[in-house]
Amino acid sequence: MIAAILVLLVVVGTVVFHFWSPWWWTEIASNWGYVDDTIIVTFWITGVVFIAVLLFVVYCMVRYRHREGQKAEYEPENAKLEWWLTGLTTLGVAGMLTPGLFVWGQFVTVPDDAVEVEVLAQQWTWAYRLPGEDGILGTSDTKIITFENPFGVNPDDPHGQDDVLVESDELHLELDQPVKVLLRSIDVLHNFYVPQFRAKMDMVPGAITYYWLTPTRTGTFDILCFELCGVGHHAMRGLVVVDETGAYESWVDEHPTFAEAMEEARNEMSTEPKLVLKQDDAATGARAVTQ
Amino acid sequence: MAYFIPTAAEDVAPAEVAEVDLYHPHSFVTKYVFSQDAKVIAIQYSFTAIAIGLVALVLSWLMRLQLGFPDTFAFISAEAYYQFITMHGMIMVIYLLTALFLGGFGNYLIPLMVGARDMVFPYVNMLSYWIYLLAVLVLLASMFVPGGPTGAGWTLYPPQAILSGTPGSGAGIILMLVSLALFIVGFTMGGLNYVVTVLQARTRGMSLMRMPLTVWGIFVATILALLAFPALFVGAVMMSLDKILGTSFFMPAIVEFGELSDYDGGSPLLFQHLFWFFGHPEVYIVALPGFGIVSDLLATHARRNIFGYRMMVWAIVIIGGLSFIVWAHHMYVSGMNPYFGFFFATTTLIIAVPTALKVYNWILTLWKGNIHLTIPMLFAIGFIVTFVNGGITGLFLGNAVVDVPLSDTMFVVAHFHMVMGVAPILVIFGAIYHWFPKITGRMFNQTLGQIHFWVTFLGAYAIFLPLHYLGLLGVPRRYYEMSDTLFIPESAVTLNAFVSVVALTVGVAQVIFLFNMIWSAYKGKKADPNPWRATTLEWQTPENPPAHGNFGPELPVVYRWAYDYSVPGAKEDFIPQNVPQEEVPNTEGGLGLPMPAAHQPAE
Ligand code: HEM
Ligand SMILES: [Cu+2]
Ligand SMILES: [Cu+2]
Repeated sequence: MIAAILVLLVVVGTVVFHFWSPWWWTEIASNWGYVDDTIIVTFWITGVVFIAVLLFVVYCMVRYRHREGQKAEYEPENAKLEWWLTGLTTLGVAGMLTPGLFVWGQFVTVPDDAVEVEVLAQQWTWAYRLPGEDGILGTSDTKIITFENPFGVNPDDPHGQDDVLVESDELHLELDQPVKVLLRSIDVLHNFYVPQFRAKMDMVPGAITYYWLTPTRTGTFDILCFELCGVGHHAMRGLVVVDETGAYESWVDEHPTFAEAMEEARNEMSTEPKLVLKQDDAATGARAVTQ
Repeated sequence: MAYFIPTAAEDVAPAEVAEVDLYHPHSFVTKYVFSQDAKVIAIQYSFTAIAIGLVALVLSWLMRLQLGFPDTFAFISAEAYYQFITMHGMIMVIYLLTALFLGGFGNYLIPLMVGARDMVFPYVNMLSYWIYLLAVLVLLASMFVPGGPTGAGWTLYPPQAILSGTPGSGAGIILMLVSLALFIVGFTMGGLNYVVTVLQARTRGMSLMRMPLTVWGIFVATILALLAFPALFVGAVMMSLDKILGTSFFMPAIVEFGELSDYDGGSPLLFQHLFWFFGHPEVYIVALPGFGIVSDLLATHARRNIFGYRMMVWAIVIIGGLSFIVWAHHMYVSGMNPYFGFFFATTTLIIAVPTALKVYNWILTLWKGNIHLTIPMLFAIGFIVTFVNGGITGLFLGNAVVDVPLSDTMFVVAHFHMVMGVAPILVIFGAIYHWFPKITGRMFNQTLGQIHFWVTFLGAYAIFLPLHYLGLLGVPRRYYEMSDTLFIPESAVTLNAFVSVVALTVGVAQVIFLFNMIWSAYKGKKADPNPWRATTLEWQTPENPPAHGNFGPELPVVYRWAYDYSVPGAKEDFIPQNVPQEEVPNTEGGLGLPMPAAHQPAE
């Protein structure tokens, strides 16, 4: 009896915790509300099954517990019951899979009006590249990365000259403007995740991955690296700021284009001491710094 | 539906393998050290697995200390933390669970339950254990080399695993890969034994469809392992070559801390496909033996036939088959072609159907039963609770688009701990309590068993349930510390401290279990040869514990399936598998059951 009550408490406790838990997802700031909706559907369907199955266990523990004279019923199978249960389960699964696949279809289909933004990851920092006036990112290659050209932008590609380089952990995005986030890494796997956006994807060296989203509310949100990338993984943070159009444009203007940056680097090289890349104490998060 | 009811052993084709004399050991060394007796090998496997498992348990305390009380323990550096995580995960999955279920329970139970004298290749079986031990020693050695063990996460993803930004990327990762390769070699030797023994050495009358589900679970899990481990093996070999010889299987061009490496042209995703082609079946390698064992625990202690035996067997086989075409559900956000998501989400959710069916049949076994809430039964019920909980969160993560926000969060940690951490561990405990009287010939202490169960079950549930919600919030896994964020409330810190305190309590409570087992093995009450009044063959041995060769001069002959509990007309509420229909004591005080009262499923 006590055992049955304790199992019942586990079930009730789980449900109570679910509804009263102060820990729940952050207020969404992108178009991926459908993802949240799919999670809610899944919670309901699976929640009902969870409760039904475990209450049935509790019922059996009480009703069919061993007592004097209690005898089990011999019933090897009941094909009808088993087929019914299979059918119902299949329905429930379809009820979750259908919206899931539908939303996945949207997730993998980038709209035509999306603008591109490149996120460049390396142990353990973020940097960003915007396509500039022509709206097209120049080609790039890890193998031509130098101190002067940290993005490895192809210097011979005309599309690359006007690319805007943001060598900081902070990225701004324009409100209500769909963006295709192009993800690059030059060393190991990383993952660009903003909890309020609900969308994430690994960054794989040697490849360019992507996802898309539309920011739907202004604000400042954390960027976290979401794929183990070495000892500084937890310190690989950044900020994304969603701006109204005006503020966004002035932020873009603060940053040099690729052509300007190359020019500046050439001038500096002739006057200043060499740039040195130094690795900080890894645990506090290494930063590429200049001396 | 018409059933064919085999009543006599002659109806079932015997496995015509002549009996061979076993080599009986004479010295202490051949009896207990280099033993070829599957039962002794089983004990060796189990002790080794539990010993290394305790290391993983201690590592989980250290991790929980760091997560619950960041900035408190100076000796837990970020390097150390990532190394703890990696070693903890790898040990738990491979060196504890896989080894214990297959090497431990497989060795002990397969020959006894199918009515064989031993495994078919005893010598190879012995080698299997010693190579496993070597693998464990190499793994332990990796903790003491310069740079320490690898901290790449148990998934060992390259390029990170072999680059300098990751702790243990020198000797640590190499020894890890060597240890895995050894483990696989050792496992293959054991695994071939389990499969061939089940196929060739069953006693007369033990048709496949009369085998206890425990044997079915271990049998199918072994086949999965034999097919899945080679993918990990080649992955480990290729990564070793990348590390040692500078090949570029998994390594593209990389700029590491400002310097261009010599690697070029490899694919990190190739490793992930190899890893998860092994890794997903691995989940079922751990789950299927648990499924089988829990079915037998439920039937025995509820005094009722397992409900829907044939459906249960087919579910095991179907789940095993499907488990090879779902692997990329671990890679929805890996950067693979996103269109794969449609296929893998569909296959993954389809697997839920046979899995759910198993759950229904377990609870329908309890229904109309005569439930004895023994310690093994309690653990079986604990398994159902945690497995259902962990199973349904699998439906979240398997559904590609739901996985996008949740992947790599604490939700995943909570999910897999429930479903492949806590649930299998509860089965293991239940199984150890269940078979303890057979293995040692003595009974364990009931009160200590009760305390152990409730602390472990309620505690583990309290540890992992809240983590789901931290995951929903967006707390990542594999984070040494969260520090300041804009979205995590202060209350999450308190919650983490609470979880850590519970984790330490549950961990320490395992001392009760160890004490109970060790003390009872020497001082426990002498046990009845069949204390649970079970039907399967291991309880019908002439000696208790069974001697070398298991069954005395004559092998048992099997006349019925493993689930003749509470058969109408029979005097006792169980009929052992080796009792013919004419010899079953009936309620009238005579012998023999009127046929065909039983609706035992046909094969
Ligand atoms: C009470 C017992 C246990 C506790 C307190 C515990 C705790 C933890 C913690 C804190 C982590 C790190 C989570 C993170 O990434 O932040 C972890 C990871 C992990 N645990 Fe456990 N664990 C326990 C038992 C188990 C068992 C029985 C298994 C067997 C399947 C297991 C398998 C794993 C795996 C595979 C990982 C992932 C390692 C990685 O991220 O590379 N754990 N555990
Ligand atoms: Cu990172
Ligand atoms: Cu999987």
